Amino acid sequence: MTITEKILAGHAGRKNVIPGENIWIDVDLLMTHDVCGPGTIGIFKKHFGEKAGVWDSEKIVLIPDHYIFTEDQHAKRNLDILRRFAAEQELPHFYDAGTDRYRGVCHVTLAEEGFTLPGTVMFGTDSHTCTAGAFGLFSTGIGNTDAAFIMGTGKLWIKVPETMRFLFEDTLPDYIMAKDIILQVIGDIGVDGATYRTMEFSGEGIMNLNVEERMTLCNMVIEAGAKNGMIEPDQLTIDFLKERTDAKFEIVQNDGSEKYHSVKTYQSKNLVPVVAKPYLPDNVAPARDLKDIQLDQCYIGSCTGGKLTDFKAAARILKGETVKVKTMIVPATTLVDKALDTESYEGKSLRLIFEEAGAHIGPPSCGACLGGPCDTFGRLNNDEVCISTTNRNFPGRMGSKDSQTYLASPYTVAASALTGRITDPRNYLA
Amino acid sequence: MKAIKGKAYVLGNDIDTDQIIPANHLVYDLDDPNERKLYGKFALSGVPEAAAGLPDGYLPFIKEGENTSEYTVIIGGNNFGCGSSREHAPVALSMAGVQAVVAVSYARIFYRNSIDGGFIIPFESENLTDQIQTGNEVEIKNGELINHTSGKVYRLKDLGEVAGIISAGGIFQYAREKGMIS
Repeated sequence: MTITEKILAGHAGRKNVIPGENIWIDVDLLMTHDVCGPGTIGIFKKHFGEKAGVWDSEKIVLIPDHYIFTEDQHAKRNLDILRRFAAEQELPHFYDAGTDRYRGVCHVTLAEEGFTLPGTVMFGTDSHTCTAGAFGLFSTGIGNTDAAFIMGTGKLWIKVPETMRFLFEDTLPDYIMAKDIILQVIGDIGVDGATYRTMEFSGEGIMNLNVEERMTLCNMVIEAGAKNGMIEPDQLTIDFLKERTDAKFEIVQNDGSEKYHSVKTYQSKNLVPVVAKPYLPDNVAPARDLKDIQLDQCYIGSCTGGKLTDFKAAARILKGETVKVKTMIVPATTLVDKALDTESYEGKSLRLIFEEAGAHIGPPSCGACLGGPCDTFGRLNNDEVCISTTNRNFPGRMGSKDSQTYLASPYTVAASALTGRITDPRNYLA
Repeated sequence: MKAIKGKAYVLGNDIDTDQIIPANHLVYDLDDPNERKLYGKFALSGVPEAAAGLPDGYLPFIKEGENTSEYTVIIGGNNFGCGSSREHAPVALSMAGVQAVVAVSYARIFYRNSIDGGFIIPFESENLTDQIQTGNEVEIKNGELINHTSGKVYRLKDLGEVAGIISAGGIFQYAREKGMIS
C-alpha cells in the first residue's frame, strides 16, 4: 500500500484498503477559520443541538485568518461567532484575532504549532488543507457540512484515492523553488490531472527541499484537483516537529509494497523558472517567454508564498535594489512577520531590505490572495496586472473581474518587481 | 428521485468557486434566512460576461434586483467547481433555484459539498455544453436528460455509491438512516 492507503486503512480499523473504496475513517484533527467556521458551527448546532458538545475539544483548531484587517461588519460579526463558540465549548486551540494569540494563515500556523503530525488524519474547511501532506499525514479540505459532521462524531466517509508519484531525480538548480516545481507539474497534467487522487512527491530534488518548500509543493496539489499531497517523512520532518511539539506520532513510510496509478519522472536540472498565466494554474510558460508582460503590482504572501523561505528568497533579489512597481509583502503569520526583523541577508534584516527597496509590508493574514473585502491590503480593485506567489489566478481571484494574476515563485516575483515586467530570476541570481 | 424540470444555463470548463460566488460575498450568515438569500443574488456573479450563458454569453444568471434565477439546471464542461472548499458555492446555486448541475467532471470538494449538504445534484455526462443552449427547456428523469427544445435525449452517468446520500438528502440524514447518529 502507499503511505496514504496505509494511513487511511489504519484510521478505518482495517488491515487493507483499495483505491476507489468508500470507507469511514476516524479523524485526528479538524481545522476551521473565520470564513467557513460560522457556517460549520451553524450546521453543527442544527443537527446535534444548541447545547451539544463537540466530539473532542483538543482535536478542533480555530484559526481566523481570512478577513481580519477589514472594516467589513459582516466579517467582524463572523469573528464574534467563532469567539462565542470557542468560549461555549472551551476550545483550547483558538488563535483569536486582535489578541496576542493571533497568528494568521491557518496552514502555516498548523505547522508552526506542531499540529501536522505524520501518520495522522486532518481535515480542514479550506481547500489548501492539503499543505500538511508535506509532513507525511493525510490532510484535505472539506465543506461546512462535512466539518460539522466531524465536529459531532469525529468521523467522515471518504473514497480512497489512487496515488500518482512524481519523482525528481538529482539536485535542483539554485534558481528553482518549490513553486516552479508544482507549477510545472500542474502545467503538465492539467488543473484536473489529479482529480480524486493523491500526489506523492519523491526523489533527491524533493527530499533536499526544506520543510516550508515541501509545504509550498503540497499546498498546490488541489490546483491539479488532487485530494491530498504526500511527502514521505524524514529526519527534517521529525526535527521540525520535535522543536514545536511534545505530541507523539508514528512515521508511515514506503516499504516497496505500494502500487501507483502512475509514476512521472523529472530531471531536476532541466527545470526552469515558470509562470502560470491567467486564468488557470495550468496555463504555464517559462518566465523568460513572458518578458513583454507589463505589471502593475507584485505580491508576495499567502499560505503557499508568504513563509520565511519565500521572503528570504525575495530579499536575496531585492537587497540594495529599488522596485519599479507597487510591491506588496504579506507575511503568512505573526511569527513570519517577527522573523522579518530577526532574519537577515548579508547583514541587513529582511524588513529593512524590503523597506529600502520601496515595498509595502502588510499585516499577516490571507490578505489579497482571494481578493476579500474591498479594503483588503493589496486587493486588485481595477484592471491591474499582478504577478503573485499565491496559488490561484482564476478570473477575479484577487479582486476585480477585470484584473489579471500571474503565478510565480518568490524569486520570479521579486525579479519582476525590479523591472516592472515578468522577469526570469536567473538575470539576478549570479 | 423526483424529476427536475426547467431552463438550462450553459457554462464552459473549469468553472471555479470564485466565479460561482466571489470571495467578498462569503461574509453573509448562512443561518439567517434573509442574509442567506444574498448567496442566491450573487450566484455566478464572478463569471466573465462573455462566458455567462453560452453559446452567446452576456446573459446574466440573476436579473438585476432579484435573488433567484430563471434557470434550474446548469450545464458545465470539465472540472466544474474547482478551487476553494467554500460550501457557499453549492449553497449559492441552490439559493438561486438551481436543482442540478450536469457536467463532464467535477472538482472533488464541490462534488462532496453538493451531495453531503443536499444542496444540488451533481450529474455527470458526456460534454453537453455544445449540445444545449442557455434557455433550452430541459428535464432530468430516470437517469436521462431530455432537451425539450431540441427533442434530443442524453444518458447521464449512474450516481454510483453516493446515490444513497443524495436520496437521503445529505450526510446527516444518511447517517441517521444508518443509525450512525441519533
